[in-house]
Amino acid sequence: MRDILNELEERRAQARLGGGEKRIEAQHKKGKLTARERVELLLDEGSFEEFDMFKTHRCADFGMEESKPYGDGVVTGWGTVNGRMVYVFSQDFTVFGGSLSETHAEKICKIMDMAVQNGAPVIGINDSGGARIQEGVASLAGYADVFQRNIMASGVVPQISLIMGPCAGGAVYSPAMTDFIFMVKDSSYMFVTGPDVVKTVTNEIVTAEELGGATTHTKKSSVADGAYENDVEALYETRRLIDFLPLSNREKAPVRPFFDEVDRVEASLDTLVPANPNTPYDMKELILKVADEGDFFEIQKDFAANIITGFIRLEGQTVGVVANQPMVLAGCLDIDSSRKAARFVRFCDAFEIPILTLVDVPGFLPGTSQEYNGVIKHGAKLLFAYGEATVPKVTVITRKAYGGAYDVMSSKHLRGDFNYAWPTAEIAVMGAKGAVEILYRSELGDAEKIAARTKNYEDRFANPFVAAEKGFIDEVIQPRSTRRRVARAFAALRSKKLSNPWKKHDNIPL
Amino acid sequence: MFKKILIANRGEIACRVIKSARKMGIKTVAVYSDADAQALHVRMADEAVHIGPPPANQSYIVIDKIMDAIRQTGAEAVHPGYGFLSENKLFAEALEKEGVAFIGPPSGAIEAMGDKITSKKLAQEAGVSTVPGYMGLIEDADEAVKISDQIGYPVMIKASAGGGGKGMRIAWNAEEAREGFQSSKNEAANSFGDDRIFIEKFVTQPRHIEIQVLADKHGNCVYLNERECSIQRRNQKVIEEAPSPFLDPETRRAMGEQAVALAKAVDYASAGTVEFIVDGEKNFYFLEMNTRLQVEHPVTELITGIDLVEQMIRVADGETLPFAQGDIGINGWAIESRLYAEDPYRNFLPSIGRLTRYRPPVEGQSATGGIVRNDTGVFEGGEISMFYDPMIAKLCTWAPTREEAIEEMRLALDTFEVEGIGHNLPFCAAVMDHERFVTGNITTAFIAEEYPEGFEGVTLSKHMLRKVAAATAAMERVAEIRRTKISGTLGNHERMVGTDWVVSLQGDDYPVTVKADKQGSTIVFEDGDAMRVESDWTPGDQLAKLTVDGAPLVLKVGKIPLGFRIRVRGADLKVHVRTPRQFELSQLMPVKLPPDTSKFLLCPMPGLVVKISVEEGQEVQEGQALATVEAMKMENILRAERKGMVKKINAEAGASLAVDDIIMEFE
Repeated sequence: MRDILNELEERRAQARLGGGEKRIEAQHKKGKLTARERVELLLDEGSFEEFDMFKTHRCADFGMEESKPYGDGVVTGWGTVNGRMVYVFSQDFTVFGGSLSETHAEKICKIMDMAVQNGAPVIGINDSGGARIQEGVASLAGYADVFQRNIMASGVVPQISLIMGPCAGGAVYSPAMTDFIFMVKDSSYMFVTGPDVVKTVTNEIVTAEELGGATTHTKKSSVADGAYENDVEALYETRRLIDFLPLSNREKAPVRPFFDEVDRVEASLDTLVPANPNTPYDMKELILKVADEGDFFEIQKDFAANIITGFIRLEGQTVGVVANQPMVLAGCLDIDSSRKAARFVRFCDAFEIPILTLVDVPGFLPGTSQEYNGVIKHGAKLLFAYGEATVPKVTVITRKAYGGAYDVMSSKHLRGDFNYAWPTAEIAVMGAKGAVEILYRSELGDAEKIAARTKNYEDRFANPFVAAEKGFIDEVIQPRSTRRRVARAFAALRSKKLSNPWKKHDNIPL
Repeated sequence: MFKKILIANRGEIACRVIKSARKMGIKTVAVYSDADAQALHVRMADEAVHIGPPPANQSYIVIDKIMDAIRQTGAEAVHPGYGFLSENKLFAEALEKEGVAFIGPPSGAIEAMGDKITSKKLAQEAGVSTVPGYMGLIEDADEAVKISDQIGYPVMIKASAGGGGKGMRIAWNAEEAREGFQSSKNEAANSFGDDRIFIEKFVTQPRHIEIQVLADKHGNCVYLNERECSIQRRNQKVIEEAPSPFLDPETRRAMGEQAVALAKAVDYASAGTVEFIVDGEKNFYFLEMNTRLQVEHPVTELITGIDLVEQMIRVADGETLPFAQGDIGINGWAIESRLYAEDPYRNFLPSIGRLTRYRPPVEGQSATGGIVRNDTGVFEGGEISMFYDPMIAKLCTWAPTREEAIEEMRLALDTFEVEGIGHNLPFCAAVMDHERFVTGNITTAFIAEEYPEGFEGVTLSKHMLRKVAAATAAMERVAEIRRTKISGTLGNHERMVGTDWVVSLQGDDYPVTVKADKQGSTIVFEDGDAMRVESDWTPGDQLAKLTVDGAPLVLKVGKIPLGFRIRVRGADLKVHVRTPRQFELSQLMPVKLPPDTSKFLLCPMPGLVVKISVEEGQEVQEGQALATVEAMKMENILRAERKGMVKKINAEAGASLAVDDIIMEFE
């Protein structure tokens, strides 16, 4: 009997070694943790339960039958993050370069099926050279099996991808279909075709880092939602994000004790909006002063900074924030910011996370590059996302809400629940100057007359009261009491029930 | 008594005057420029009059505009504060003509003390010690030596037309005086085409010590002891204290009596300050007299209990001083730190913008028995504008002894929260912990000598680092336990938070065990040493008020992954608090060096590129102008720090840049 027990421990020890000490050392030399170390840091200490530890591949070609390491290049199982259940897979680069075989894919599919059935997020840690070439089409089939599960799990359980090494070719499409992608600076990259192929086909010379590193994907392509300095930091921040997310679409967003006054007054917000309407200010200050404990988890911080997206808590409960940022491009909507915000709004709606929208938008960015690239359809994505969202929606207009962009930004007309405005709000078709130039074209030569017309227009529309008279604004609030008002509004919406007509699915302008 | 007074000033001093006036039941009128429409002094005053656009020369120092405001509001007297019109004879005369009282000295005294040469002459006549020197023409080296002998060595030989140290020599004996005279003369002739030379006493180990005087219109005049203002940066006072740690009662009395004699000689009435330079032997020499309320007057108020503004108002109203010299004592010790919107890490460049957070320490009696006072003209959400003095506040502490007053100041600075702009809080804190300051061994060259390369932050003592480690370990445990209280956990399988942590800061790692109980935690270090930490800190608090082994410790707290950003005692620390396993695995992470910026010209402040003075491929010499950036209406010329070749220019004229944007790159 003792021998059998010992044998289990021996086998486990062997499995834990993955590709062996030499390869573990090489992994560490690259500044990367091993698959198991990553799981350890992601989950609560001692909470990981591994599945399929002894699973091996079934390939008998190209000498593969000689080497059948336990686990087959991926560590899978479940554990807890601050006591809440999550499923995890972590590719082991020390075993066949983390390449994906039929059995490797089976292990991932198994925990994904369990996650969907049991209602818990899936966290995938990607560090893989790609397909197991020796297995040929069986490996490709494995990818597709994972893809199909990504698709089915989408909107059912949160899926988070951490890219902690190479992720190339077809492999990128699994993370691409998850909710969030985070990368590690300098040690991870993602691309469909690598630098060598790029060079052969297009003659472009580009490094892997330039082509698909963290900087590229967080700033240029927006494929990734954030990047961290190293594995440890990335895993820690992922835990922080998970604390904001519901375990599945069957549950409400989590609540945790908070140490902040619900009715905290921030007198300094009264002076946030500058006297000059063309002077920018930092919308993040408002977010931080409204949030519980000033805690904000920003999504896509480095992309389309003219709109801010991320999670805060109000009274301990998660709220998604979408806010125009006047500091960048005057906070206008454009292709990038519309796409970024639309995806975020849809995530929140899918997982029952209430949405707070902070509005200071001068309109859509004009220009040929915008029109040629389809700002019409991209802008419509955000409009569509807000309009179909059934979660509690609270909106605060701080300053400009001009033109079509006013409609888009979670207006009353798109089933906004509580639409507030600060006294500094200006809700109009456009700014006074532009409006006067159209309305009084014949007087344009007369500076004095135009100034008087502009003043007149400002007096009439540069305030929230015209909209309030029509009921498009529910209440004009003092900036200083924004936290209390917004928190109270969400409290009043906790049992909101709203559903859309039955459909197979909608046809959002993709 | 006056029913209503106008304050012809702004900022903290306007607020300061309003406070005393209010206490005396006098109504106040503020004046304000466009930039100050929302300012604190406007909110505090009973009435406010708009006086024009932001630049002071179009508002605060336009006499006509102030006179209009007086007429408009019917103010009976005007307090000028300091700066602006406070020492303007024409303003005092204009008020006189209108029959409005000036809360300051008579115009004759302002005029007499306004001129350096006249004031020095008057001082000499009044028996005030002045820097010995010879202002007449010196014919030859023999005469120079004779004069130097009379003055006593060391002497300073200076070119009349000189400046910036050119044509200046210090001579410690006759030989050096002879040589110095000749070389100064030659240099002056070459540099300025004017070889006139004068000689005066060279003051060694100079301290700036000034005497506060207060006189009424009935011939009474007292001195309210001294203030030591030697901690200066480029002639701008940073830290002041009263009394001076250097003076003995005899010197104090001698200086005080001379100051009073001078005040009497010019028929002074009101508060005034006689500035002296004091050498290492306690010889003191008159510098100048300031005929106004000084910025640093609060330290005098704290040790004498006299409200100087109140006395100024009473004197202006014709009252007699309610005390005589014998009634004036020294009670305890007071220190003032001037908080400036100047970034010490960027060579004290002015920093403007919105005060996103501004939380001064609570004024009044402190927990440790001292007194905290904060004179300010700003508020959270207010703006530090480019138009005026960048002073944010004057933070003062009082305690029975100097040592305790310094400790009170350390805590007050640690408690003071200012965000949104760069400021010199860390620098003031660093001075409070500087050994030379603590021992009182300071001169006006203190900052230049101790921070020759500018301020680069503080290295805390090992003991202090341990205290921070203990505090943050206790705090992280609190934060971690809260994280486990989230909804949706697996019942009966909750996460247990461990007791072992490794705290890493400033390159050191401290493995600790946290033993928590109801009142706080005992943090045990590897070597068996233990520290007791008590605090009501909860996650999100940006200020952690703790006691470590019973002694108060205040930390400014920010969040970083796996730890905190802690600011304390002038240091800005990244503190990682990790479980032993997190710590172990963190050791495998690559050390990433911050990018080498020596190959770049970075924009030192937000501003507009006015001009790029070089081209790509151009060879540049050290000190050569590279670009001009306009910020706060000031054109700043950025120069090459070393010889090099311009590789790439990233910004063009007209571009608007943020701090640290790359303007150009070098080979």
